[in-house]
Amino acid sequence: MDWALIGVYLLLIVIGWLNIFAATHTSEPGSLLDFHGRAGKQFVWILTALGLAVLILFLLPPRLWEGLCIPFYVFVLGLLVLVIFVSSDVKGSHSWFDLGPIRFQPAEISKISTSLVLSWLVSQQNFKITKLKDFILACLVIGVPMLVIVAESETGSALVYAGFIFVLYREGLSGWWLGLIGLVIALFVGTLTMGPYWSILLLAAVLLACNAFMGKGPMEKKLLWSGIFVLVMALLPALMDWLCSLVNAHIEWMAQRIWVPEASDNDRYFWSFLLKVKPIYILLALGFASLPILGYKAYRKRETFLGISIAAFVVGVLLVFSTDYIFQNVLQDHQRSRIEVLLGMKEDLAGAGYNVNQSKIAIGSGGLLGKGFLQGTQTTFGFVPEQSTDFIFCTVGEEWGFVGCLVVIALYVFLIARIILDAERCRGHFTRTYGYCVASCIFMHLFINIGMTVGLMPVIGIPLPLLSYGGSSLWAFTILIFIFLALYRDEKKYF
Amino acid sequence: MDSEGRHIRLLIGLGAAALLLLGKIFSLQIVNSRYKEDADRNSTIYETIYPTRGVIYDRNGEVLVGNKVAYDILVSPREVQAFDTVALATVLGVEPDFIRSKLDDYHRRRSSIGFQAVTMMRMVPSEVYMRFDEVKYKFPGFRGQVRGIRDYPVNAGGNLLGYVSEVNQAYIDRHPGEYRSGDYAGMTGIEAAREKDLRGEKGYHIYLRNSRNQIEQSYKDGAEDKEAIPGHDIVTTIDAQLQQYGQELMQNKVGSIVAIEPSTGEILALVSSPGVDVSQLADIGKYWNEIAQNPYKPMYNRAVQASYPPGSVFKLVNGLIGLQEGVLRPEMMYPCSKGYHFGAGHKLGCHGHKSPINMEESIMMSCNAYYCYVLKNILDNDKYANVAEGLDAWHEYVESFGFGRKLGSDFPAELAGSIPTSKTYNRVYRRGGWNSTTVISLSIGQGEILATPMHLANLCATIANRGYYYIPHIIKASEGVEIDSRFYEKQYTKVDTVHFPKVIRGMWRAVNSGAGMGGTAWIAHIDSLDVCGKTGTAQNPRGADNSVFICFAPMDNPKIAIAAYVENGGFGATYAAPMASLMVEKYLKGSVSRTALEERMKQANLMSRVKRD
Repeated sequence: MDWALIGVYLLLIVIGWLNIFAATHTSEPGSLLDFHGRAGKQFVWILTALGLAVLILFLLPPRLWEGLCIPFYVFVLGLLVLVIFVSSDVKGSHSWFDLGPIRFQPAEISKISTSLVLSWLVSQQNFKITKLKDFILACLVIGVPMLVIVAESETGSALVYAGFIFVLYREGLSGWWLGLIGLVIALFVGTLTMGPYWSILLLAAVLLACNAFMGKGPMEKKLLWSGIFVLVMALLPALMDWLCSLVNAHIEWMAQRIWVPEASDNDRYFWSFLLKVKPIYILLALGFASLPILGYKAYRKRETFLGISIAAFVVGVLLVFSTDYIFQNVLQDHQRSRIEVLLGMKEDLAGAGYNVNQSKIAIGSGGLLGKGFLQGTQTTFGFVPEQSTDFIFCTVGEEWGFVGCLVVIALYVFLIARIILDAERCRGHFTRTYGYCVASCIFMHLFINIGMTVGLMPVIGIPLPLLSYGGSSLWAFTILIFIFLALYRDEKKYF
Repeated sequence: MDSEGRHIRLLIGLGAAALLLLGKIFSLQIVNSRYKEDADRNSTIYETIYPTRGVIYDRNGEVLVGNKVAYDILVSPREVQAFDTVALATVLGVEPDFIRSKLDDYHRRRSSIGFQAVTMMRMVPSEVYMRFDEVKYKFPGFRGQVRGIRDYPVNAGGNLLGYVSEVNQAYIDRHPGEYRSGDYAGMTGIEAAREKDLRGEKGYHIYLRNSRNQIEQSYKDGAEDKEAIPGHDIVTTIDAQLQQYGQELMQNKVGSIVAIEPSTGEILALVSSPGVDVSQLADIGKYWNEIAQNPYKPMYNRAVQASYPPGSVFKLVNGLIGLQEGVLRPEMMYPCSKGYHFGAGHKLGCHGHKSPINMEESIMMSCNAYYCYVLKNILDNDKYANVAEGLDAWHEYVESFGFGRKLGSDFPAELAGSIPTSKTYNRVYRRGGWNSTTVISLSIGQGEILATPMHLANLCATIANRGYYYIPHIIKASEGVEIDSRFYEKQYTKVDTVHFPKVIRGMWRAVNSGAGMGGTAWIAHIDSLDVCGKTGTAQNPRGADNSVFICFAPMDNPKIAIAAYVENGGFGATYAAPMASLMVEKYLKGSVSRTALEERMKQANLMSRVKRD
């Protein structure tokens, strides 16, 4: 039995409980155990969660999970679909079952069932992730609930499933996939934050570097020329800005002299065409002018890697430009505005940016040591919305300061690392893979949630595991972790 | 399988992700102090107090531009409750649909507006606001904000004063950090020239609010509030009465009058006609299309921007250069047989007057032929290797009078005009392909010479001062308002001061010889004021000649130098000379005795002669 892991688990839920009390103590009845307040309710959730933990650890046979995983998976999938039709609309999402006093989200349980089935699949005798058929099967196991959750308008929860890629990586999926997904995300975010120019330059830089290292031919020479190209292109926007500022200064000068100052100044001045030339035109012109030459070279010298790079560049450029389309036409309003605020495209502090800004203010005002338990002003006066659920980390940041944040994040890192190391020690393929699934889920929640509160990630409404107020989430993570503990303990028995 | 070491890589990735989060938290909590300040400020809300814009005075303390109170109507859409749209519309004097469409618009933009207040109506007059104020309790979410607007007690002309309007995005971008949307700024004229003094500093009230942005009370009873600092008042060099009189004289004519006090370079009047009426200035946005579409271009400030051929007025410059170069002596006589004949059958015509004449008489009678000889002698002077060198020497002289360059006035948007150099003609006729007869029109201020009315007034002031000028300027130094030291420095021309009295004698005779004696400007004569003047009749390729006149008075110790330029006005003596003379009389005597002349000038309507674009 891994008591350290259980210790960290208990520590985290107690920290969560105290912070829920701190976040709500001015607006709600005043005791930790007052059951009308959220802290009191959370206490009940904690007790029941501990009951569940005992049940899983000591009463249920660990092998049950592997055996029942498929019916469980199908059942949960049914719930996921059902909830779309029977749920009420909560902030635009249809993901909550409303059972009188209790509300729960099947998406939380689905993490468990998906983890179990994925582990079962991977632990099959002939399973090899490098085989296309197995890869597709794994993708289906992950992708189906993910898509249904997207259909519930819970994109945030669905994003957590992307974490299962780490599990597949551990099981032998090529590192190129991770790199590729990373690059696609970087291009997407880069396009939205810094604009297409920088993302295409990033794409070009990555491809040139890959090509220099992996392709045929002299590496130093390729690196040198690639470096020069990227450097010149990186300086280009500043140069163009400088030119445009000259043009603008001249237009200003002209505007004073010409009798209708409001008419479009830009049309009067010859050099103002420079204002219309964007660096990206130059970059794209250079890029696409060199493609046929490089393509011919790749064909002549049979440089497959170069050929793939060219294709990747074209696809990447298409992705960058379609990003704008996706952003404008595929994402929903609230998602778009959240991303816009996150990416700093819109400093809309009173509207969609309100949450993030208030959250950053609350955390930022904590300083090194924080303001002390119950002393936070930002969180207790209710400037931060969703204070006890999704934004619970603000309370940690404000009242416990950087030291508090460091401790909490260290506890999570310990929890995740400990699960990974425990999983590595397992001989059973099922247990090991399941451990990785648990670690991935916790990691994704951790990174997305804290990233959101500090403004690194968009506002995606998912809870911080074990800390956020709410039974559904606490139960789900408790079950997730304790199934692993039970399996791990079981493992020790046999070997 | 090569996945053995992969858990290490994943653990490294986990550590990196944790460090990324901690790094960001570190920057929020330890590095960046902005958030601590924001936290303190979180519960406070700042309401801008706009400063009163500085008042613009004339040189005698009369108000040219003042302020009057108006209001902006603000709406906080989230606080608006159901209300009687028609009642509100009636109170505010707008259509109910206007309010509906505004509120619909705010509803569409609700996420970006959030809890903020937005401006629904601008510059509501105080009568209307008072009505609204009585009933505003019925309309939660709506409130008024005091906003001064400009008031113009004197009709001093829109081009001189300039207008104030809300800054647009381009303006904000051009002045980074200085303006925010909703601010006003002076865009033209004096308002633009002294924007930095006039605008003042914004202040703010701090209110406490709760997290739903409802204002609860004044923060620390206003102890931390910052009062707006009103803009500096500006004293201009303008004489309000003279300016207004000039406006009246120039009505229904296209052109300009510029009057300067020679002993200081202070601009007494700067009239550009047609101009924007001051009644339209305060709310110029409303009249913008009308003004922009007016074919006479009322926003075009002819006094400093229109480049005209100066005509015969320029003979004074050529005479002075001739004297300085030693190729002309006052007693030199030249013949004039109704013009100057050159080449085979070419002639630059002149009007009938006695012949031959000396220099004084040439100024008095404005003989063209005389100045053809003068210019020819300047350009073909043996001390210059060729005519090109001669012309460049001439150009240097002319430029020293301020022509062909910006004078450096503090009035915005001044233009330079142009004076040709040898390069100008080399380009047209190729090098060596031209001689002094090619450019002979320069002698009488025609051809490639272009100058603004301000240049001509400055020439007049230079002659009045016998050889130097002060850079014309429109702002007087006053408490808290500095003017540049360059306005206190004498600017000497390259012509020796001893030569000026000889020219002035001719100008005196042009005005004071009495009718019938051949003096071109006898109509400008004023009893007991020794007015010295020079007429000009400049060709206008777009119709009738332009009427030009410069004069100063009195001859000794001059108090005013003036240039009048009337497009399509005909002879200099027809319009420009009487108008300039009337201005002089008005300024020096306080009232005008020649009422018949005054009336004739005011009534004259030349607009039909002016070709429109």
